[in-house]
Amino acid sequence: MAEFTLPANSKVTEGKTHKAPAGTKRVATFRIYRWESESGANPRLDTFEIDRDQCAPMVLDALIKIKTEIDTTLAFRRSCREGICGSCSMNIDGTNTLACLKPIDDVKGTVDVYPLPHLPVVKDLVPDLSVPYAQYTSIKPWLQTESAPPPDAERLQSPEERARLDGLWECVLCFCCTTSCPSYWWNGDRYLGPAILLQAYRWIADSRDEATGERLDALEDPFRLYRCHTIMNCTRTCPKSLNPAKAIAEIKKLMVARR
Amino acid sequence: MGMRTAIGRVRGLGSAKTGAEHWWMQRVTSVALIPLTLWFTASLVSLAGADFETAYLWVASPAGAVPMILLLVAGLWHGKLGLQVVIEDYIHAEGLKVALLMLLTLATVALGAAGVFAVSKISFGE
Repeated sequence: MAEFTLPANSKVTEGKTHKAPAGTKRVATFRIYRWESESGANPRLDTFEIDRDQCAPMVLDALIKIKTEIDTTLAFRRSCREGICGSCSMNIDGTNTLACLKPIDDVKGTVDVYPLPHLPVVKDLVPDLSVPYAQYTSIKPWLQTESAPPPDAERLQSPEERARLDGLWECVLCFCCTTSCPSYWWNGDRYLGPAILLQAYRWIADSRDEATGERLDALEDPFRLYRCHTIMNCTRTCPKSLNPAKAIAEIKKLMVARR
Repeated sequence: MGMRTAIGRVRGLGSAKTGAEHWWMQRVTSVALIPLTLWFTASLVSLAGADFETAYLWVASPAGAVPMILLLVAGLWHGKLGLQVVIEDYIHAEGLKVALLMLLTLATVALGAAGVFAVSKISFGE
């Protein structure tokens, strides 16, 4: 059965509070999920107060400031700090997003920061993404062709064919959408989830690809594809403003079109 | 948990190569249910306050019996497809899941047979 409460050793407890330096004019408060395997302790919420006037605008800036100045043991992923690598995806103020694209001042009051929902946690804000990555591998995210490429040129597309990939190629695989999807929470072992299905459609929609039928074959499954019940959390949460729900709907339409 | 690799678990038993028919029939039955439920609601409103004889004759007439059977079949079929998804979503114990899916199919067919029989009996007389 689906589990609706946290197991006893996953219940979140109150953690440490790090006060802002005396005389701070503008305090920004962060409550951050902390957990590491070695201590054997339950997860906790640590509170960090920082000087907002001494911090750059985004939540990621605050996390880096906290790690640098207050608690070096805080673990999170980040790389590009400009929304193109997809590393710093986490749940901020109740919504999955990229910390580097989320302005601190967009959040009213305390900024709650949790790892992406419903994935095993490695440490603090770092979730274990090995299953989503394996699911990505399973859809063969590369161009599959029978015909040899032209010897002296690239494989050509018309501007219209190329335009069909817009809204698909921009996905940075941050998995904000996948981990916001209740269907993925309950059946993530078999349902591919919105991020992977959007990526699958990116190759189905590619005019240069010659394995469209095989790609649809691999997706036509009550669990891999049809666990999508158009809940639309994916589209609402996408930090790149993409529409995974529409990509999934396009796959479903193609499944009917080829019957 | 086991020692199987993530990609091995994800590939699992492979694609079932089914699901499109289920998805399409859910759409077909929902489209059918739009006029049928409107007709049924309008009929009930127009029969409000009528005596047993009037209601009986309405069900017995071809204009009452045929859409009534269609409503029964489309509604039960649509409900069966929807409940099947709910069971698949939430019941993860394999034995219980199979038992409930079987019960759902049998109950749907039984209810459909009983409903169609009842309308036919009224329509064709004793």
